[in-house]
Amino acid sequence: MSDAVLGAAAIARAPAIRAKVGRDDRLMLVFTLVIGLYLVVSLALPILFMLWKSTEVRAFAYSAVEMQVDTGQGPTSVGTLADVAGKLGLLSDVDQARRANSLTAAQLFPKRAFDGAPLKSVRMRFSGGSADGRLDLSGKPVEAGQWAEVPAQDLRRLVLRAGTQRSLANYAAYFSNPALTQSIANSLAVSLITTAIVVLLAFGFAYGLSRTMMPLKGLFRTIAMVPILVPSLLAGISLVYLFGNQGLLKDLMFGARIYGAGGIVAGCVFFTFPHAFLIISTALAVSDARLYEAARVLRTTPRRTFFTVTLPGARYGLISAAFVVFTLTITEFGVPKVVGGDFNMLAVDIYKQVVGQQNFAMGAVVSVILLIPAVVAFFVDRTVTARQVALLTARAVPYAPQPNRPLDWAAFAFCSVVAGLLLLVVGVSQFAALVKFWPYDLSLSFQHYAFEGVDGGGWGSYFNSLQLALYTAIIGTLVVLVGGYIVEKGRGFVAARTGLHFLAMLPMAIPGLVLGLSYIFFFNDRSNPFNFLYGTMAILVVSTITHFYTVSHLTALTALKAMDREFEAVAASLKQPVTRMFTRVTLPVCLPTGLDIAAYYFVNALTTVSAVVFLYAPTTTLAAVAALNMDDAGQIQPAAAMCMLIFYTNLAARGVHAVLTRVLASTQAWRAR
Amino acid sequence: MTLVAADIALAPAAAPERPPYLVVTNVTKRFKTFLALKGVSLEVREGEFVCFLGPSGCGKTTLLRAIAGLDIQSSGTITQGGRDISALPPEERDFGIVFQSYALFPNLTVRGNIAFGLENRGMNRGDVSARVEELLALIGLTEHGEKYPSQISGGQQQRVALARALAPGPGLILLDEPLSALDAKVRIHLRNELKQLQARLGVTTIMVTHDQDEALSMADRIVVMNMGVIEQIGTPLEIYNDPATRFVADFVGAMNFFDGAVSHENEVQVGGVRLAVDGRTPARGAQVTVAIRPEDVRILGAHPSAGLDAPNTLKVEVGDAEFLGSEVRLSLNYFTSGPMVAQTSQESVRALGIQPGKRIDVCLPADRLRIFMSGANHV
Repeated sequence: MSDAVLGAAAIARAPAIRAKVGRDDRLMLVFTLVIGLYLVVSLALPILFMLWKSTEVRAFAYSAVEMQVDTGQGPTSVGTLADVAGKLGLLSDVDQARRANSLTAAQLFPKRAFDGAPLKSVRMRFSGGSADGRLDLSGKPVEAGQWAEVPAQDLRRLVLRAGTQRSLANYAAYFSNPALTQSIANSLAVSLITTAIVVLLAFGFAYGLSRTMMPLKGLFRTIAMVPILVPSLLAGISLVYLFGNQGLLKDLMFGARIYGAGGIVAGCVFFTFPHAFLIISTALAVSDARLYEAARVLRTTPRRTFFTVTLPGARYGLISAAFVVFTLTITEFGVPKVVGGDFNMLAVDIYKQVVGQQNFAMGAVVSVILLIPAVVAFFVDRTVTARQVALLTARAVPYAPQPNRPLDWAAFAFCSVVAGLLLLVVGVSQFAALVKFWPYDLSLSFQHYAFEGVDGGGWGSYFNSLQLALYTAIIGTLVVLVGGYIVEKGRGFVAARTGLHFLAMLPMAIPGLVLGLSYIFFFNDRSNPFNFLYGTMAILVVSTITHFYTVSHLTALTALKAMDREFEAVAASLKQPVTRMFTRVTLPVCLPTGLDIAAYYFVNALTTVSAVVFLYAPTTTLAAVAALNMDDAGQIQPAAAMCMLIFYTNLAARGVHAVLTRVLASTQAWRAR
Repeated sequence: MTLVAADIALAPAAAPERPPYLVVTNVTKRFKTFLALKGVSLEVREGEFVCFLGPSGCGKTTLLRAIAGLDIQSSGTITQGGRDISALPPEERDFGIVFQSYALFPNLTVRGNIAFGLENRGMNRGDVSARVEELLALIGLTEHGEKYPSQISGGQQQRVALARALAPGPGLILLDEPLSALDAKVRIHLRNELKQLQARLGVTTIMVTHDQDEALSMADRIVVMNMGVIEQIGTPLEIYNDPATRFVADFVGAMNFFDGAVSHENEVQVGGVRLAVDGRTPARGAQVTVAIRPEDVRILGAHPSAGLDAPNTLKVEVGDAEFLGSEVRLSLNYFTSGPMVAQTSQESVRALGIQPGKRIDVCLPADRLRIFMSGANHV
């Protein structure tokens, strides 16, 4: 032991070694900074800026304005506007600014008199900063501290402009407006109901596919993915054609209207189904067959086996699916926009406040409210998912279902109904897009695909969308792979890499509309050096890459984790820069994953409306947004046609993806195991 | 373990001393609160084959990664060829490395893998491919140059990884458990091949292993490590025949241990017997552990050199006989603390009619008994 004691003493004396920063470290640092800067500018700063803006209210800086009136005895001081506000009949500084952005001297003295005496002239002096507003005389700003005088007949030439104040007044206004707060309850109710329905349906569907011997499993698996390929608002359009005032199945509604909570739930069930199905079927696929054998040996009833083995085994998948569906629904915009009617949801409120009323501050407030459930769901889900890893062991044996006629046919019947409904929704839109004039002339025609005389930009929008999808797929995949590589394979700079990973996980918790609105605030600000991006295709690409970053990032991490941890060490020992390692080995090996990410980006770039609905410009209109605007304008058949165009494009993209993946597997001999 | 010390001449006449090539001085590595290396110092001479041997978690891989610059030590210095490399990143050091997984690039052919470290450093194409062919010939895989790693066997992959590490002609080769992913037979074959290759190229080599047979058969010198400290540095013979600590005695080869106390100079009392021992003993009354290897326990009658009057002769009962092929391992009941294990030949067992229950005489030769202070070393 004496050796160890000596050693300990020596340890205390020895100076710590500070690792020298090498070429690879510098390269990694550069890339970390580039990707980090991208995520900070495209995500962190806009969101923070929006939070900051939500606490900004317009107000007149009454106390910064001194006034003198001349009623014949020469200019007489009446103090500041704050002193005489009551006398002049002004509202409070905030309320007055809410009415109008500017205040003229004519409004202060509508009778051109002060204390009953007729006015000869009025003088004002503004002594605030730029945030407090401005004083204009004849349309030109008056320098702070200078007196500006107008004669009685020209009072309207002297104008006080409102400035801004930091306060929670916007939030107060929000919570004192029951029409707005009702949306919170509405959104929660719709999301909870949708979650319950989707998780049940998706579990049944996934159970049938993984635990029974029913026929046509491959077909069902494909059909379950269909909703991912269409804009969510297609579900709304189909519901209108099925159950709307001129709907095919209107009689089934017994006089009730599809517009409202029921329609929103039905539409959200449609578009969230594949997400829940994917998660739950993964959870069911990893269950261990040995547990079922043990249950059989112990003569456990099938019922009991289901509740003690199957359900607990899939519980993390179920929980995760529930959170994903809840988040997707509460942040959903397309479906409630189309079939919501008077039933207000938070996401639509944001749109209405911003696009309808141009009230950006209130839009920001609703965004913050909407962020809360999304962020909470995100963190709970991350915690649950992190715990799931320990459940899987390398020795687990995959479960192989045995034939069981009643169960197999029951599962087949169930899956047929679900798949049938999914196809019905898409089919109805396709039908509506092809008939001449719903519901009076049901003969077929391609006329609605001409998009003549409709809102939203027609074929131009479609080609813009294609362009967006291609840019997003190519640039996004590269950014994600490099970012994932730094997070997973970087060495040193632990804090920077952890920060990068956190930023990469964040977009999952940010609803698209919130991201879009925060971009308006951030990029439309003239003092922002990135202001030049506003109104370009570039900002659409950036917002879409960022909006769908998290899933892509996680996919990249999974692939990178599967690569040998020592590649980088070997490359360094061979004096090869990490960049060469990345391009010669990492990228080629990750190519199939890169294709997956590109396909994911492509499909989502075509179908998304939420983030981009605030960001497109007349030259960059997009197909899904066009469909939304056509629907808004009552041109529902062309809207359906546009949605179907997106569907077929995505179908083709998935086909190309499948072919490329197969080509990679067959032409690259080293992939064979 | 088949090395029988008595039959092998001790270390070859001292080779001309070469200057130390790699010098590790007082290296400490701390992971948060855990001390993985506690002030480790050692020297490796040029052209030497050194093994770091120890159980998992002893710090041997941590030390290797510190030498490579992959996980730089918390304190202490490392010099290579006279250059202080303590704080350098791996790409500024001079070494080649082979990992347990080999880490061959799956999308590059065998040639592509070997050429990876030769490209991009100013060599012309012709020189690169000539060097690759030379290395392919060296590892005997000329025919497999265009195959991908997944298309060749584990042993071949291991050789490709070695060729890739050797390609740029590094001054130091680091091997991190290079054989442990292979089948037993392939492993023994490659052990010899690797050793011969190293001797031929004369490249300074450090290998990390937890397999004592590997270390004993391949290394010029072995560094036995445990719990972040070096227990002993020595040639395989020194390590085996003259373990410096109880840990080394226990970890390398099989060993019987008996607790006792020093009764006289050169005499230890164990249970009811007094055993004569060679060499220095601690002060009288000191608590000690007496150790002897199973193959050093002599069964009287089986060994012509040991007569019945030899010192340290005990009458024991055979408890159990375990057949090991050419050898038999006997479990002998004598000391109450536990059975004593003896290893002898199949032939002598037959000749003496040894079977469970039989009483036999054994001798514990005084020059084969080792003494360790009790509690002075962790086991």
